[in-house]
Amino acid sequence: MSFQPVKFYQTGTYTVGNRLLAPDARSVQAGELRSNSINSGHRACQGCGEALGARYAIDAAMAESNNQLIAVNATGCLEVFSTPYPESSWQVPWIHSLFGNAPAVATGVAAAMKVKGKTEVRVVAQGGDGGTTDIGFGCLSGMFERNDDVLYICYDNQAYMNTGVQRSSATPPTARTATTMPVGKEPGNVFGQGKNVPEIAMAHGIPYVATATVADLRDLEYKVRRAMKMHGARYIHIFVPCPLGWGSASHDTIKLARLAKETGMFPVFEAEHGEVTGVLKIRNKQPIEEYLKPQKRFAHLFGKHAHPEMVAHLQAIADRNIRKYGLLEEVKTP
Amino acid sequence: MLKQIEGSKAVAEAIALCRPEVICAYPISPQTHIVEALGEMVKSEELSPCEFINVESEFAAMSVAIGSSAAGARSYTATASQGLLFMVEAVYNAAGLGLPIVMTVANRAIGAPINIWNDHSDSLSQRDSGWMQLFAETNQEAVDLHIQAFKLAEELSMPIMVCMDGFILTHAFERVDIPTQEQVDGYLPPFDPRQSLDPKEPISIGAMVGPEAFMEVKYLAHAKQMQALELIPQLAAEFKQQFGRESGGLVRTYRAEDAETMIVAMGSVLGTVKDTVDELREQGHKIGVLGIISYRPFPLKEVRAALVNCKRFVVLEKSLAVGMGGIVATDVRMAVTGTGLKGFTAIAGLGGRNITKASLHKLFLEAEQEKLEPVTFVDLDWDVVNKQLERERQNRHSGPIAENILYDKGMSSSAKFG
Repeated sequence: MSFQPVKFYQTGTYTVGNRLLAPDARSVQAGELRSNSINSGHRACQGCGEALGARYAIDAAMAESNNQLIAVNATGCLEVFSTPYPESSWQVPWIHSLFGNAPAVATGVAAAMKVKGKTEVRVVAQGGDGGTTDIGFGCLSGMFERNDDVLYICYDNQAYMNTGVQRSSATPPTARTATTMPVGKEPGNVFGQGKNVPEIAMAHGIPYVATATVADLRDLEYKVRRAMKMHGARYIHIFVPCPLGWGSASHDTIKLARLAKETGMFPVFEAEHGEVTGVLKIRNKQPIEEYLKPQKRFAHLFGKHAHPEMVAHLQAIADRNIRKYGLLEEVKTP
Repeated sequence: MLKQIEGSKAVAEAIALCRPEVICAYPISPQTHIVEALGEMVKSEELSPCEFINVESEFAAMSVAIGSSAAGARSYTATASQGLLFMVEAVYNAAGLGLPIVMTVANRAIGAPINIWNDHSDSLSQRDSGWMQLFAETNQEAVDLHIQAFKLAEELSMPIMVCMDGFILTHAFERVDIPTQEQVDGYLPPFDPRQSLDPKEPISIGAMVGPEAFMEVKYLAHAKQMQALELIPQLAAEFKQQFGRESGGLVRTYRAEDAETMIVAMGSVLGTVKDTVDELREQGHKIGVLGIISYRPFPLKEVRAALVNCKRFVVLEKSLAVGMGGIVATDVRMAVTGTGLKGFTAIAGLGGRNITKASLHKLFLEAEQEKLEPVTFVDLDWDVVNKQLERERQNRHSGPIAENILYDKGMSSSAKFG
């Protein structure tokens, strides 16, 4: 007769679902009162980082707003996989209008709540990187600049996944997408400046800007709750791996999100009124190859026709992030 | 209360009396004075409670209105021309979602070439967007139509454009009877939305809809406009009861009894048309006028009834379906299908070109004698057109058309004055 050991959740720092902790120390997701804002039954892909990020983010926002929340959604994967009947998964009042206008629609919802004196009702807008950093960018900047009372959440999977993996302004250099194929002299996405929307958000001087990943879900919950304690325009940029678009294993979503942070490719920080107030330090620094190799979108950088110079270039970007945000613990000299 | 007042200011006062809760403003001529006046009213708290939001584009203006209307607030914006085109994606979306937003369109030409003056190209380009469109003939009617528009939109849960001619109406000072708050409150009940985002009763709005349901949703938008054909005359009658004057409705005729020639038009040009018709009537010509107030929904039955007894009609329109002819004329001809009536299309006033009584005189007499081409371009300068066509025949690199026309016009006017 085989013996099935009973495993309890650990209380380690990465742990989310710990029901052994005191109730007030538990995560929102571990609590019995979690709202299941985006419920089961939707049609996201296996291993979808966006579905995971949205679930945690919106549940945390619900918890902090005492379940008085209205969600606005840009067109994109999240909208498509969560709404067609009978897969409609939203347990919150939810509206989708267009690809490029979620921040403005959210401004309208917030204005309606204000004019009706429903000050307890809070508004969250959400979109993917295409809807946020490209087509919705004008509306996003307008919402920031007016300091409208909206928390905007960008789920960044670094390309237009819903339309079949095309390049966005959040696609990293060298990455293969359907519009940046790994052919020619500079295979994959070319090295440009990209568009760093968290920093652009900070430049608006809005009350709160943060980045997070689906590997550090307690940190993600904390940042959403922190943002929801404030009023005015707030922005959270969540790094969400996409197995389909990245050519990665669906069980590697969390691992890749963690490696993005541990290599320095995706700096995790928070900022208030344009000034960085905290960073999530790298615990176990990894070379960039560890992050790149499990993803087929970077496969052309390795193997027979390898491009070590491009890998070095990406490493330099990660190193720059590490310097700029002070992502490594300072080594104390004796 | 009678006031000597600018059209835009009068409309702003009418909007304020309708107790809008969210107003989105983005500047574009010639609608700007309307939102400027409303902005001042909100800031001074003369209009309260109301949120006035200065947005970063027309696309955002309509998007904010979509959000506020979906959250149950009476929502208003105004635009024109390029601004309307910039918001088109959201215009269709507002109708598709069934949100009763009211928008003033201060009708203006569409570039290129850039032109700020009046014609009807802008709102007519949104013919199939699902928005209703009412055209005001005077500033009094613009005021009255806005009050009716909120009631109509909210009754059907569909958006509506109130169209008034840019500059000709928006910037004209004339006598307007501004109703009292009590009068408007007695006519227009508070907004009771069919759908509303509310944490107490969570609903999803704007889900993905596939082939299994899309056609039904679209048909219902059409059905709503068919309902509007019943509702518009009813609201105009109620309006007359409450405010004591005729305003709105689907169509309006003038001296149409026994008319053999009918002139069909929309908007402020009806004033000049009526003056011309008065003069021709004095000379014994059997001529009358049909003004179309409701362009969408298009009142096929009423247009047919108004024309069926005449012998011929001219659709005088400030719009052009390039490669085809008239836009309004197509609908009017549809209305008279099978009657054997002779119909002419006259394109006039594009980009703000004056439509004078003298030109209309000539046009109407030619129509009466059935000497008109099927499509006539009123007061078109054939000399410069032919000169440019010749230039294009002679020179492969003939350059930009508009600049050539301006050059030729400049040469001819300096020759005149030199």
